[in-house]
Amino acid sequence: MFSDYSLAELGSIFVMQGFAGLILFSVFVLMALGLAIIFGQMGVINMAHGEFMILGAYVTYFTSQFFLNFIPSLFNIYFFVAMILAFFASGALGMFIEWAMIRRLYKRPLDTLLATWGLSLILQQVYRSVFGPREVGVELPEWMMGSLPVTDMVEVQINGLFVMGLTIAITVAVAVLMYKSNWGKQVRAVVQNRVMAGAVGINTEKVDRYTFGLGCGIAGVAGSAFTMIGSTGPTSGQLYIVDTFLVVVFGGAQSLLGTIASAFTISQAQSTMEFFLSGSTAKVLTLLSVVIILMLRPQGLFVIKVRR
Amino acid sequence: MNTPVITDTMNKDFVLAVEGLTVSFDGFKAVNDLSFYVDENEIRVIIGPNGAGKTTVLDLICGRTKATTGSIKFKDQELTRMKEHEIVRAGVGRKFQNPSIYEDLTVFENLEISYPKGRSVVGALTFRRDAPVKERVQEIAEMIFLADQLDQRAEYLSHGQKQWLEIGMLLIQDPELLMLDEPVAGMSVSERKKTAELLHTIIKNRSVIVIEHDMKFVEDIAHKVTVLHQGKILSEGPMAKVQADPKVIEVYLGH
Amino acid sequence: MTKTGRTFFLRPQDMIGIAILAILLLVVLPLTLDNFRLQFVGKYLTYAFVALGLVLCWGYAGILSLGQGVFFGLGGYCMAMFLKLEASSVENTKIQTTPGIPDFMDWNQITQLPWFWEPFHHLGFTIIAVLVVPAIFAFVVGFAMFKRRVGGVYFAIITQALAAILTILIVGQQGYTGGINGITDLRTLNGWDIRTDSAKTILYFVCVGLLLASILLAYFVKSSKLGRILVAMRDKEDRVRFSGYDVSNFKVFVFCLAASLSAIGGAMFTLQVGFMSPSFVGIVPSIEMVIYTAVGGRLSILGAIYGTLLVNWAKTSFSESFPELWLFGLGGLFIAVVLTFPNGIAGLYQTYVAPRLGPLFGGAAKRSDATPPAPPSSGHAPAAAE
Repeated sequence: MFSDYSLAELGSIFVMQGFAGLILFSVFVLMALGLAIIFGQMGVINMAHGEFMILGAYVTYFTSQFFLNFIPSLFNIYFFVAMILAFFASGALGMFIEWAMIRRLYKRPLDTLLATWGLSLILQQVYRSVFGPREVGVELPEWMMGSLPVTDMVEVQINGLFVMGLTIAITVAVAVLMYKSNWGKQVRAVVQNRVMAGAVGINTEKVDRYTFGLGCGIAGVAGSAFTMIGSTGPTSGQLYIVDTFLVVVFGGAQSLLGTIASAFTISQAQSTMEFFLSGSTAKVLTLLSVVIILMLRPQGLFVIKVRR
Repeated sequence: MNTPVITDTMNKDFVLAVEGLTVSFDGFKAVNDLSFYVDENEIRVIIGPNGAGKTTVLDLICGRTKATTGSIKFKDQELTRMKEHEIVRAGVGRKFQNPSIYEDLTVFENLEISYPKGRSVVGALTFRRDAPVKERVQEIAEMIFLADQLDQRAEYLSHGQKQWLEIGMLLIQDPELLMLDEPVAGMSVSERKKTAELLHTIIKNRSVIVIEHDMKFVEDIAHKVTVLHQGKILSEGPMAKVQADPKVIEVYLGH
Repeated sequence: MTKTGRTFFLRPQDMIGIAILAILLLVVLPLTLDNFRLQFVGKYLTYAFVALGLVLCWGYAGILSLGQGVFFGLGGYCMAMFLKLEASSVENTKIQTTPGIPDFMDWNQITQLPWFWEPFHHLGFTIIAVLVVPAIFAFVVGFAMFKRRVGGVYFAIITQALAAILTILIVGQQGYTGGINGITDLRTLNGWDIRTDSAKTILYFVCVGLLLASILLAYFVKSSKLGRILVAMRDKEDRVRFSGYDVSNFKVFVFCLAASLSAIGGAMFTLQVGFMSPSFVGIVPSIEMVIYTAVGGRLSILGAIYGTLLVNWAKTSFSESFPELWLFGLGGLFIAVVLTFPNGIAGLYQTYVAPRLGPLFGGAAKRSDATPPAPPSSGHAPAAAE
């Protein structure tokens, strides 16, 4: 199958494919970050994660419409405003859901799974009723369109680069928040020993609520970033939920680094295989390999051995 | 060529021979090069300050934790290579620190599940509650002071009764080596007395390893005491000897 | 009661409950519903097999599988392959480029029947395959995971991923599976036309018969020591292990049993509805099947049947009149059942109805599980749709 291509062509195809894999990697990381916080730190399975993401995407869409119609002069920077709005919208909804639902279910993880699935169905219908069943796409500001030529055969899309940069920025921010800030220390304290954390004066309920809110907020930002590379519909969130959970579990649920490494592995595997095989076969093979590896090594890629 | 023969015969005298046992969690050695031997029909009490590795030792013997290195021989079977249920079937019974019983089932059903028959899937499907089973359950229930509570859901038992039920669940297995993790913790004075009585009756014809903090209780039942400290043996011998050991006094009173 | 033991595995109240259900399904519904509605009930009942398996697997053993659609689908596809081959005789397909193979294969330029389709020429093989293929698949998955002590949410996520994988696979391999449309245009079973009204009525009764047999099987498992071990495992897995049981074997067994039950449901679905498609395999149907069990009461064998009927009846009537409301209703049901009545209608029955019926049946409803969970009136709900 390679005989049709020259060596230079083949090389540039691999580079392009690698770049596509990197975009997929960014997408996975963005999705998985919020989930890793909620699942890894709180042990809560949030099946509505995709819908929180879509909320961010819708917020971005409406922000872009608002800028386009009312302040077109600032259209170039609307995305940054949208991202912040998306974070707070999804985060606020997340905190509300935590208060109304999740906090009653901390001891029943499987039930959280079912309840958040119910939530996801309701949110999907809300989106459909309010925003309509059709997919919407944002208009990109001019500076994000087009592509950068790297060599005469290889070029990379600017919006893709932007999403990658964004991913790095958000990841760094989350890492700093979780591992360097006082608040992150509190979260980790609550995770390790809830009773003790409460006893030393940490408001565990508040920590739970903000952690959940943060996870959902990051989902919102992820959704916002998504609008740069794809369109948004009421059920778009569902498409990603399985991949995202696999990324998080594969990485070893409690490790941020593991999540990133696993997102990288899975996205590269998938995009490489997509080049050789049909899209669906590549997807099946990727997911199947992940599942089989998880069956053989259920603790995921990265794990800390602890005393029981 | 004589040496191995001698160790073999030596091992046969012991019900349990632990040699060079080490387990490390991320570099931290919870149990460090530990060796001890338990005789037939011996009651061995393990004491030591918190974090000394007492519970970890029991976890290692019953297969709940895998040893990093070392060997645990139970009647010439190497336990470190066996799975939990195989170790139980070989004759080792283990009581947990917190009463571990099935709250949703009745006292009768709790004991019945522990009855050593029908332990395979097919065996459990075809298991019949026949006369020997019922008699045995009744007998054990009387021993553990729960004959009147057989039809009660275990959830509703008092803390002390739950501890007894778990001891009963072990007795019905008739293990050759019984391991009890703090059997009188959280018990009232009268329950404690009854438990001591119970232990005195059940230790006949078997070896017992007990972890306990209550010194009066230890003095009452122990044949031999092993003092653990930071995963190592600090002192071993009869109670009087251990109590007089300056190293033990240092660890317990020195800080 | 426990001390005296049981010579028979059904308690009096279980027998009453099964009898009420049998009368409802075999007499009341066939007499009160027209053919069209009865076929709906027949379709719902195929999901009840899945719900029944979930009671044992999730309710009793605490293993939540979000991939039961996989087994439902495997059973359904096995049956559909047999029926499709029968419908694709050389005579029926002579206009194709390659006569004698299913039409969708011909459309996808496949000229020879794939090897794994060959054995499905035989009905005997097909029936065995319906029961065994899903069980083998469940065994492989269960063995790998339970031996490594994977459970809880991890198991749920992995089974869900399997449901997603199988769906993508079926849709992608159009030439071998019929793709997104599934296997359609099924006609006869060993020459017997399954599309006629009389055939559908007969199939309804076959389905009810199989369901009642499965219910008895479930009761047998539940009342054996194995049933109590499952409950014990859900509560204190370590204690069971340290009572000398190989816990993973019991989990594998109950997971395989649930898989086979689901597959019977799938096969009956294909027979009664006349097609099978990936839309019954994936994530969404799989998790919906969990809600049937949850609504009926995850600990109640009979509750699962009523739950399935009720949710599906609600789905059908909602989607007929207010399609946009159905997702709200279903989503709300998920949340409500988890937050406010975790033991489903069987739990509600236990709390509010059974105490009042108690004197009537001589204290029939003493234990917290598995007495007839719903009063006959709520069982009539599908009839009320008329």
